[in-house]
Amino acid sequence: MSKYTEDDLREELKTKQYEYGFYTDIESDTFPVGLNEDIVRAISLKKGEPEWMTNWRLEAFKSWKEMIEPEWANVSYVKPDFQAISYYSAPNSKPKYDSLDEVDPELLATFAKLGISLDEQKKLSGVAMDVVVDSVSVATTFKKTLGEKGIIFCSISEAIKEHPELVKKYIGSVVPQKDNFYAALNSAVFSDGSFCYIPKGVRCPMELSTYFRINQAGTGQFERTLVIADEGSYVSYLEGCTAPSRDENQLHAAVVELIALDNAEIKYSTVQNWYPGNAEGKGGVYNFVTKRGLCEKNAKISWTQVETGSAITWKYPSCVLKGDNSVGEFYSIAVTNNFQQADTGTKMIHLGKNTKSTIISKGISAGKSQNSYRGLVKISPNADNARNFSQCDSLLMGNECGAHTFPYIEAKNKTAKIEHEATTSKIGEDQIFYCNQRGINTEKAIALIVNGFSKDVLNKLPMEFAVEAQKLLEISLEGSVG
Amino acid sequence: MLKIENLHASVDDKSILKGINLEIKAGEVHAIMGPNGSGKSTLASVVAGKEEYEVTKGSIIFNGEDIEDLAAEERAHKGIFLSFQYPVEIPGVSVTNFMKTAINETRKAKGLEEMPAKDMLKLIREKSELLEIDRKFLSRSLNEGFSGGEKKRNEIFQMAMLEPQLAILDETDSGLDIDALRIVANGVNKLKSKDNAVLVITHYQRLLDYIVPDFVHVLYNGRIVKSGGKELAHELEEKGYDWIKEEVNA
Repeated sequence: MSKYTEDDLREELKTKQYEYGFYTDIESDTFPVGLNEDIVRAISLKKGEPEWMTNWRLEAFKSWKEMIEPEWANVSYVKPDFQAISYYSAPNSKPKYDSLDEVDPELLATFAKLGISLDEQKKLSGVAMDVVVDSVSVATTFKKTLGEKGIIFCSISEAIKEHPELVKKYIGSVVPQKDNFYAALNSAVFSDGSFCYIPKGVRCPMELSTYFRINQAGTGQFERTLVIADEGSYVSYLEGCTAPSRDENQLHAAVVELIALDNAEIKYSTVQNWYPGNAEGKGGVYNFVTKRGLCEKNAKISWTQVETGSAITWKYPSCVLKGDNSVGEFYSIAVTNNFQQADTGTKMIHLGKNTKSTIISKGISAGKSQNSYRGLVKISPNADNARNFSQCDSLLMGNECGAHTFPYIEAKNKTAKIEHEATTSKIGEDQIFYCNQRGINTEKAIALIVNGFSKDVLNKLPMEFAVEAQKLLEISLEGSVG
Repeated sequence: MLKIENLHASVDDKSILKGINLEIKAGEVHAIMGPNGSGKSTLASVVAGKEEYEVTKGSIIFNGEDIEDLAAEERAHKGIFLSFQYPVEIPGVSVTNFMKTAINETRKAKGLEEMPAKDMLKLIREKSELLEIDRKFLSRSLNEGFSGGEKKRNEIFQMAMLEPQLAILDETDSGLDIDALRIVANGVNKLKSKDNAVLVITHYQRLLDYIVPDFVHVLYNGRIVKSGGKELAHELEEKGYDWIKEEVNA
């Protein structure tokens, strides 16, 4: 009888290869390594930014110099040398293309390997894509359809030039320049990112999607995303990423700001699959991300994330529930394998009356990885009748990984109702045998059990993403099993 | 169909089965009875291919093929089904989804296409009616929060869906009230045919009033010590197991 035990499974998991590990050689326009005021000015100049933006960056840089890298997260790693990183890199063929034929063939080949054929995507899914390779957007589609509704969806650089009034008003309004070490760094050196504005009362007719890629050796990527949903509008934004395999660690410090004005709703979904490092824990992306949304009256923000990649993940998509009756949601699946470390969760800051928040977090740990949920629920004195429900579940595979939960609750209003539930379970041999006996092999059984465990969160993803996410979970956990 | 010869098996180096001989032909119903700890459930697990059990001697022949080297799922694909004494919970996986996966994995192993959704729905409807199962039940997470009776009924529902050649029912009657017992037994009886066989493992004769066996075997201390017709079950119910033990030890 072929004996398949958890030990075998662990062995298999260790030998799993990163599916998207490859490197594209595109001639790049890259800055020398190091960071100082001149580099910050140069980035701003390179992008042809107005003076107010340059100054905003410089202010951020000044703050950053005074700040120290946070150490409270349950992760350990060699801190990046911030003077050894190049802060700007753009594909050489700068001009935007009218058709895909004009795009660098190597780049297209990269997309093909990832399974993102722009043509295919355009035709089949109706998803508008703002593709970011390293830092500069190289292709934007569906702009016209969106334009007819008055929706602005473009790169943040373009928005700074074309819609300065909106950018000036909202950038840094939710995540201030000096919010934290990485946010300050991002504010100083962000190279590009996406901008989205949905006008009053408009329901965005399609899912907006951006694929981010890191693609240049030794280049940090500093994305900046700003999404503004004006009164009574609705938008669903999808963000997904895979990164080429690389030996040295790559730093990724993004900032995402969401603003949901009165009665608006933003759904922000992420599938994160940056290179996690190899089975010995070498290499992999450092993912230090600040994501936060602000809800005005009756507004709603939902964060949904499927985190399977990165060597280190430090990420807490949060909601500031400022307006009365506003709603914040956080649905998360975090998978760690081999030597990956994730410290992720959310902050729900209840300021308005009758505000509601829901947190569903599913952590799956395998190999020698460490997976932590860290969440804060804060009810301010004025937030009458605030409600929160939190559920944090952990699933362990094997005996060498860890799952941790750090829930923080600060309630300063007596009418608050806060519920917190947490469970930890292990995939058992009995469960696997039960599936085996019904004709389901071990690989499929694990996929079934993991998908069942993650169902509450997978259900929150838009259809096309849910399928991709499910696949990603299987790849991340099973790889070469069977 | 199933031929077990001189089967010895152990778990953690503890010998549990000590030379079992048993032959089951298509169309037959066999019952295995015996006191606690005699090895009844072990026999079921060994036939199904549970990894912790090591076959140290003897063979299990299924349809002429020695299945000792086959993994549990391969045995399942060949038509061996085990109704578990303690069915496990799989949160977030609905009964329907689980069955769909099981059926399609089995079909895949046989080189068949996945079952079309329409046929699947029809099959589910048909079999759930047979076992008087509420449709809402099928969308619940597998065995999560199920009562003892619901778990067992769900096992037989799965058996109905998978249409095995050999069904092993391990203590299916435990935890069932009389109504549930009747429904479950009716289900099994309706699924019985001249082409398949049932091996009922039970402690009590009660279930055998409903699923009437052709042969009854008494398992004691890892061996079948007595075989007979259905009247043997009645005898055991009346007299208990002590006289068997005395006979063996004499």
